[in-house]
Amino acid sequence: MSSNLTDMNAMDDSADRGGPAQPLLIVRNLKKYFPVRGGLLEREKKFVHAVDGINFTVAKGKTLGIVGESGCGKSTTARLIARLMEPDSGTLIFDGEGVGEFGGIELKAFRRNLQMVFQDSFASLNPRLTIQETIAYGPREHGLTQAQANERARQLLARVGLEPEQFASRYPHELSGGQRQRVNIARALAFNPRLVILDEAVAALDKSVQAQVLNLLQELKAEHQLTYLFISHDLHVVHYICDDVMVMYLGQVVEMGPVEQIYGQAAHPYTRALLSAVPSMDPANRTQKSPLSGDPPNPINPPAGCRFRERCVHAEAVCSERAPALVPAAQLSGHLVACHMNDAASGHTAATLESAV
Amino acid sequence: MKTTLTFDGTLKPAPSRSFWMVVLRQLRQDRVAMISLVVLAIIIGAAIFAPWIAPADPFKASMLNRLLPIGSPGHWLGTDELGRDMLTRLMYGGRLSLLMGVVPVLAAFVIGTSIGLLAGYVGGRTNMLTMRVLDVFYAFPSVLLAVAIAGALGPGMSNSLMALTLVFVPQMVRVAESVTTQVRRLDYIEAARMSGASAFSIIRVHVLGNVLGPVFVYATGLLSVSMILGSGLSFLGLGVKPPEPEWGLMLNTLRSAIFRNPWVAALPGAMIFITSIAFNLLADGVRSAMDVRR
Repeated sequence: MSSNLTDMNAMDDSADRGGPAQPLLIVRNLKKYFPVRGGLLEREKKFVHAVDGINFTVAKGKTLGIVGESGCGKSTTARLIARLMEPDSGTLIFDGEGVGEFGGIELKAFRRNLQMVFQDSFASLNPRLTIQETIAYGPREHGLTQAQANERARQLLARVGLEPEQFASRYPHELSGGQRQRVNIARALAFNPRLVILDEAVAALDKSVQAQVLNLLQELKAEHQLTYLFISHDLHVVHYICDDVMVMYLGQVVEMGPVEQIYGQAAHPYTRALLSAVPSMDPANRTQKSPLSGDPPNPINPPAGCRFRERCVHAEAVCSERAPALVPAAQLSGHLVACHMNDAASGHTAATLESAV
Repeated sequence: MKTTLTFDGTLKPAPSRSFWMVVLRQLRQDRVAMISLVVLAIIIGAAIFAPWIAPADPFKASMLNRLLPIGSPGHWLGTDELGRDMLTRLMYGGRLSLLMGVVPVLAAFVIGTSIGLLAGYVGGRTNMLTMRVLDVFYAFPSVLLAVAIAGALGPGMSNSLMALTLVFVPQMVRVAESVTTQVRRLDYIEAARMSGASAFSIIRVHVLGNVLGPVFVYATGLLSVSMILGSGLSFLGLGVKPPEPEWGLMLNTLRSAIFRNPWVAALPGAMIFITSIAFNLLADGVRSAMDVRR
């Protein structure tokens, strides 16, 4: 089936240019501030610091999970990468080529290499189109004939586990949430993308359906050599599906690294709090007190220095003076953390203690 | 509808699933809407075929037969103040009155939807500027506005059609714009943008289909308003001129006979009333039939 799909694809653009060592996507200094409308007479313009200078790389064929509380900038990051929103600054390098830069990859070609699956499976399907029409729309726009596009849509439907005979002419409201999300996945695959952004793609599904969709995603990833950017607030799911994890707090990356290291040896107090909030399967092991108090600070006026310090039990004077840089965690390869306790030179009293862990 | 939803164990494809077919099937089960449709069909049919089926000449006056009551032999609906056959004049009158109802709404539908769609899709300053300009029209009650424009253009059929169109355009734009603004933010538009489709294609396939429904329903609601306003203009002498038969105008000229023969005098009004009610009920039926998600 899958080889058939690849043969069908007249728009195949997925030649691996940079080789296996080249990260599929490098994001540098990505920033997006949203202006806040003040009163008519308000002089000073305010901004929500939605995404505030983040850097990360997505390795080929891997799944990078982005986790964090609501409003920490996860979805904005996804939309900035997909260029559904113009970033204020920042560069994207896709398989070694600058996106939209001179001599790099054109925006249109980049978009074809990248597709997105949204959280709201209903809002992401046009209620007036049958699911076959929805999936065939993209290929049709890229020059396939209607017959070819329909054929492709039916193959994709079959691949995501929806019998074309039975489902092709249905409308979105006649499908269950899980089926709709399968349609969204099929649509994303219509272009043979290399990078798929899954923005809370399974969050709205119940657990058993969620597992089915996750398994489908794993299969498709292997079949089509996909790379996933998996945005979620469900830490169990992230643990299951991701190779690397990036933890965001208030528009910034606080910790990043291989999934087992993050889950086993979290170095940032926020990550630890987040992980301790994960419900345990063992009732004797239930969380007795809230790991964190208070709400994230106002993103219009984020605190100076470390943004987490107001809720951090380890906060000291140095935390309000300087913002910690995202640096390699002691003794752990590929594990980056932005915390003064991790930096022996920072002057934080716990610094030496922490780095000894 | 429900039967196609339930899974019956076989893999046969469902019956025709095109959106308008589904709507039609639902509409057919709506009793009130179907009755309204029949009533409208009779009225429209009578108007269209008036020259062939009308019992008399609409302009032939007879001083001897003035203001005959309803049920008079030879004149089933009586005669007007000049002795002309009422049934004939009501049938002919439907032609202009329905035209007054349909043409301005159709014109405003095309113009208003285009403007609203573009303003809503482009958004930002363009949108704000368009809407503020149109708000000026909103400052006037529509009757007053229609009278003012028709008065400025001068009396006559085409001028009153134009005046009515101008009255309805801002309302259409507003509806189209607000629906477009809602639709534009939905994820499926973003997904379409992700597929690299052009703005024109996105508007045509994804926006238009979802905007057209609500605007269409709103437009059907305006049909009756337009007919009443058109009749009102004729009543005031700004629309059709006598002796042309038109319901509003007939209502005006029969006004003087209201004490001598109130039933005949009320007939044109009753026609306006029945037609607009039928349009409204049908619009209501279409509105609920288009809500496929039930």
